[in-house]
Amino acid sequence: MSTETTERTPINYLNATTGWKSWLFTTDHKRIAVLYLISITVFFILGGIFASLMRLELTTPQGDMFSSDTYNKLFTMHGVVMIFFFLIPSIPATLGNFLIPMMVGARDLAFPKINLLSWYIYIIGGLFALGAILAGGVDTGWTFYTPYSTTYSNAYVMPAVVGVFIAGFSSILTGLNFIVTVHKMRAPGMTWGRLPLFVWGMYATSLIQVLGTPVIAITLALVGLERVFHVGIFDPAIGGDPILFQHMFWFYSHPAVYIMILPGMGVISEVVGCFSRKRPFGYSFIAGSSLGIAILGFLVWGHHMFVTGESMYASMVFSFLSFAVAVPSAIKVFNWTATMYKGSVAFNTPMLYAFGFIGLFTIGGLTGLMLATLAVDVHVTRTYFVVAHFHYVMVGGMVMAYLGGLHFWWPKITGRMYPEVWARIAAAITFIGFNLTFGPQFILGYMGMVRRYHAYAPEFQPLNVLSSAGASILAVGYAIPFVYFLWSLTKGEKAPANPWGAKGLEWETASPPPTFNFDHTPVVNEPAYAYAKDEEVEVV
Amino acid sequence: MPEYHLLPAAASVSAIQYDYLWWYEVAVAVIMTALIFAAVFYFALRYRRRSETEIPKQIEGSRLLEITWSVVPFLVMLTFFFWGAALYFRSQNPPPDAMNVYVVGKQWMWKVQYPNGVREINELHVPVGRAVKLTIASEDVIHSFFVPAFRLKRDAIPGRYNTMWFTATKPGRYHFFCAEYCGTEHSGMIGWVTVMEPKDFQNWLVSGGAEGSMASQGQKLFQQYGCSTCHLFDEQGRCPNLKGMYGSRVLLSDGRTVVADEAYIRESILDPNAKIVAGFSRDIMPTFQGVLNEEQVLELTEYIKSLAETHNGIFSDVQTGPTAGGGRGGSIANAGQGSLDTRGTSMTNEPPRPEANAQGQDATQPPAALPTSAAPGGKK
Amino acid sequence: MSDQAVPIEHHSPFLQHHFDDLNQQMDSSTLGMWVFLLTEIMFFGGMFGAYTIYRSLYPEAFASTSRHMIPWLGGINTAVLICSSLTMALAVRSAQIGKRNLIRIFLILTMIFGIAFLGVKFTEYYLHWQDHLVPWAGFQYPEAPQYFRQAQILFCFYFFMTGFHAVHMFVGLGLLTWLLVKNERINFGPIYYNPVEITGLYWHFVDIVWIFLFPLLYLIGAHS
Repeated sequence: MSTETTERTPINYLNATTGWKSWLFTTDHKRIAVLYLISITVFFILGGIFASLMRLELTTPQGDMFSSDTYNKLFTMHGVVMIFFFLIPSIPATLGNFLIPMMVGARDLAFPKINLLSWYIYIIGGLFALGAILAGGVDTGWTFYTPYSTTYSNAYVMPAVVGVFIAGFSSILTGLNFIVTVHKMRAPGMTWGRLPLFVWGMYATSLIQVLGTPVIAITLALVGLERVFHVGIFDPAIGGDPILFQHMFWFYSHPAVYIMILPGMGVISEVVGCFSRKRPFGYSFIAGSSLGIAILGFLVWGHHMFVTGESMYASMVFSFLSFAVAVPSAIKVFNWTATMYKGSVAFNTPMLYAFGFIGLFTIGGLTGLMLATLAVDVHVTRTYFVVAHFHYVMVGGMVMAYLGGLHFWWPKITGRMYPEVWARIAAAITFIGFNLTFGPQFILGYMGMVRRYHAYAPEFQPLNVLSSAGASILAVGYAIPFVYFLWSLTKGEKAPANPWGAKGLEWETASPPPTFNFDHTPVVNEPAYAYAKDEEVEVV
Repeated sequence: MPEYHLLPAAASVSAIQYDYLWWYEVAVAVIMTALIFAAVFYFALRYRRRSETEIPKQIEGSRLLEITWSVVPFLVMLTFFFWGAALYFRSQNPPPDAMNVYVVGKQWMWKVQYPNGVREINELHVPVGRAVKLTIASEDVIHSFFVPAFRLKRDAIPGRYNTMWFTATKPGRYHFFCAEYCGTEHSGMIGWVTVMEPKDFQNWLVSGGAEGSMASQGQKLFQQYGCSTCHLFDEQGRCPNLKGMYGSRVLLSDGRTVVADEAYIRESILDPNAKIVAGFSRDIMPTFQGVLNEEQVLELTEYIKSLAETHNGIFSDVQTGPTAGGGRGGSIANAGQGSLDTRGTSMTNEPPRPEANAQGQDATQPPAALPTSAAPGGKK
Repeated sequence: MSDQAVPIEHHSPFLQHHFDDLNQQMDSSTLGMWVFLLTEIMFFGGMFGAYTIYRSLYPEAFASTSRHMIPWLGGINTAVLICSSLTMALAVRSAQIGKRNLIRIFLILTMIFGIAFLGVKFTEYYLHWQDHLVPWAGFQYPEAPQYFRQAQILFCFYFFMTGFHAVHMFVGLGLLTWLLVKNERINFGPIYYNPVEITGLYWHFVDIVWIFLFPLLYLIGAHS
C-alpha cells in the first residue's frame, strides 16, 4: 500500500537512536511512556488472568476449583496488581508522560531523569509484588485490614507491602514532574485558560498523587513494622487500634480512586471535543470540576467505614461530603453531552469508547450515590453491589477511557493507524461483555451476596454464571486490540500528523514526533480547541 | 431445589423502611441514566458528521445551564442524604426495652449467647415483633455480621463492642453472613436467623441453658478470678462497689463523667487504668487482657448488670429469660450509646444520654453507690 | 499557530536542553523541591498524626516514657541543627555571590554539625538499647509493668520517627557531599546557584521536622 519505499523514513523519537541502552537509559518522555505502556500491559494481563480464574471458580456455588486460601490470594493479587500496578500508573504514566510536554509546548518534562527514575522505581516495586505472587501469594485483600494482615495472615504480606510502598514513590515523582511542568514550562501564550482539558485533569490527578501517596506509604510502613516486630500499633490484643489503620488507609485510598478516574475524564474531554469538532462545552467548568474533585476527594474517606461503628455524626458528615463530590463529576457528564449538541459527531473508535465511558460512568456514579446514602450503604456495603460499583467506574470508566485514548493517540505515538473496523467491533464487544459481567453483580449485591466469597449460597448461582459468561466476552474484547495494535506497528497504514483534524499542539508535530517535539518553542495565540475563528464562537 | 428470588425477603421493620428508600434511588438512577443515554444517542445521530470539512458553530458554554445542572442534582442528592441519615439515626438508637443477645465472631464461626445462658453456634433465634439488640464482638480479626433480610450489618471489631438492633416482622429462616474478609474460611462463616412467633420463641429459649444463665456464669467468674476480694458489696473495699453501677453516671479521677455501659465494663476489666473512679487509686486492679476471652467478659458484664437489682448478686437457678418490661439480664435500661467504644468517648463524640437506670433513679443525680473524693476509705 | 518561534538558547553550560533559559530551569528546580517537601510533610504528618492519636489515648503511659528521654541531649541536638541551618543559609548566600572558598567552608561546617547531630542521636539510641527500651530487641519496662504495651508502642514510634528523620539527615549529608564536589568543579555565582539553594531548602526542612519532634518527644510531659 505504501509507495514510499524509496523515501527515507523521517527521524522521529522511535528511530533516532537504536539499541537497548538507548531505551533503558533514555530521558525522552515519549520513550519512557512507551516503556510504561509495555510494563503496565504486562500487569494488566496478569491481573486479568487472576480475574478470569476467579470468575471460573464463581460459576459454581461450591469452592471446588481452588482451595479457599488460593481463592483468597487470587482476589487479593487481582486487586493489588490492577490498582497499584495498572490503574494508578495507566493514563498518567503512558498518555500523560507522552502528551503533557507536547500539549503545553515544551520539549520534555521538567525533570526527565526523574521521569526515568520513576519508571525504574515502578519496576522495582513491581518485582517485589511479583516476588510475593511467585513465592506463594498474599491473602489479605488489597485493603490489608488489620489485625489480619499484621498478625494472622500466613502469606507473603511483607514483599507485597514493600512492593506497593516502593511503587508509591514512582507515583509521587510522576505527579511532581507533571505539576512543575505545567507550572513552569508552558510555551509563550499558553495560559492556564488555554490548556487542554487533558492537562487540567492530569494536573488535578498529580495534586492527589503528591499529597495522598505519602500517607499510604507511612501506613504500609507501619503495617510492615507491626508484622515484623509485633509492637501493637494496629493489633488490639496488644494495645493497638485496627480502626486507626482503616482511617489512615482510606485517607489515601479514597483520593486514589480519583487518581483512577480524573485522567480518564481528561481523555474523554479531548475525544468528545475532537469528534464533535467543537470546543468542549463549559471549558472552565470542566477544568474547575477536576480541581473540585481533587479537593473534595480528600474529605470523604469515612464512607468506607459506615458499619465499623464510627461515630454517627462523623458518618453523616462523610455521607454529605460524598454527595458533594458527586456534583463536579455530574457537571462533566452534562458538559460532554452538551458538547455534542449541534456538533459534527463522528463515530471513530475513540468516540465509541467515549460513549461507553459516559454511559457506564453515569451508572457507576449513580450507584456511588446509593453507597453514599447511609441507610442503603448499611445493606449493600461489603457485597457485590460495591464490587459492581467500582468496576463500573474503574473499568467501564477508566479502562474504556484508557483504550479510547490509546486509539486516539496511537497514530501520534506509533506513526501507524490501527484497523478501524476491527477496533469498532472490539469496542462493541467490550461494552457488551462488560455490562454482562458487572450488571448482574448489582443485583447479587442487593440480594445479599458478600464479596470476597470463595463459595456462595446456591440461590446466587444463575447471576454468577451470567457474570462469568460476560467476563469471557469481555476478555475477547480486550484481546482483540492487543492483537491489532501489535499488528499495526509494522502493517498499519502510516499516519499523518493530524489524522482526526483535532486541535492541540501535539497534532502540529509529525506522527511520530521528533525527539525534541518541536524544532522551535511554539507561541500560542489562540484559545484551546479553536475549531472556528473567535468571532464565530457563541457564548450562551 | 433452592428458591430463586431476585430480591431478598424483607423480614424486619428496617428492611421495609430501607427498601422504600432503595427503590426511590433506583428510580432516580434509572431515570438519570435513561436521560443521559437518550441525549447522547439523540445528539450523536441528529448531529452526525455529514462532511469531513464541516465546522459546526462553536458554543462556549452557558452559565445558567451549569448552575441549573449543578443545583438540581445536588438538591435531589440532598433528599437521598436526609432520608438515609434519618433512617440511619434511628438504627443507631435501640429502644430501651430491646432484648439483648450477644454475638461473638471468631475465625470462622459465630457464637451467639442469650442472657439466660442458651448458646448457639451459627444460629440466631429471635421472636417476631420484639426489638432485639445484638452486641457484637470479635475474638480475633475484624468480622461483620450481616443479615440481608434485615438489610443490616455491623462489623465485629476486636477490642470493642458494636451494637445493632432490629425488630423482625416475618417468621422464617434467613441467611446471615460474615461480611468482612477474615481469612481462609471467610465464606464459610455463615448461618441462619430463625424468626419465631413469640410463644414458640419462649418455649425454645427455656429449653436450653443447661449451664445456667450468663449472669450466673459471670458470678462464678467473679469469684473464681478474685474480683470479690476487692469489689465488696456490703462495705467499702479498695475498689468501687459495683452494686447499681451499671447504667449510672460515674465520676472519674480526671474530672470526666462517663456512663457505665457495657463498653465501660469491658474496658475496666481489660484496661483498668484507662479510667479511674474518683476517690480510688490507679495501679491496684490487674488487667485481665489475655486471661478472659470475649465470652467470659460478656458473662461478667451480664452479672454486673444484674447487680442493679437488689438480690445481693447471688444466683441459684437458671433464668427464664427476659420478661416484658423488667427482669434480669435482658431488659435493664440501656444507657449506653449506639456504638460502644472501649475507650469511652474519646473516639466517638456522642453525649451520653441520661436514661433512667434500673433502680429508677434519674441518672443525672450523682450515683449513690460510689464514693466521692471526700469519703473515707478511698486512698489518694 | 507557532508563527513567531523562540530560538533555543545554547549559551550557558549549565542550561539543560529541555529548558528555554536558565530562569525557567531554576524556577522549575525550586518548585520541584517545594513540591517534594510537600510530600515529605504528608509523610511525616502521617506519622505525627498516628503518634498524637496514641498519645492522647494513653496519656499516663506516654508521660512515664518521657522520663526516659534525656532532654539536654535533645537540646544539644536542637542547637546543633539550628546552627547547621545557619551555616547552610550562609552557604547559599556565598553561592549567590560566587565565593567558592566561603561555600566550601560553610558546606563543611554544615556537614560537621550534621554528623555531630547523628553522633548524639546514635549515642541516645545506644543508651536506650542499654536500658532495654528498643521494642524489637528485648524490650523491658519494669518500672511500670501495667504500661508495658503502651510504652512499647511509644518507643516504636520514637525510633520510627527519629529514625526516619536520621535517614533524611544521611541523605542530606550525601547531598552536601555532592555539592562540595560540584563546588570544586564549577563556579557557582549569581547566574547559577540553584543546586545550593534547593539543597538548602531540603536541609531546612529536615531541621524543621526536628523542631517539631523535639518538643513532642522530649519536652511534653517530661515534668509530670
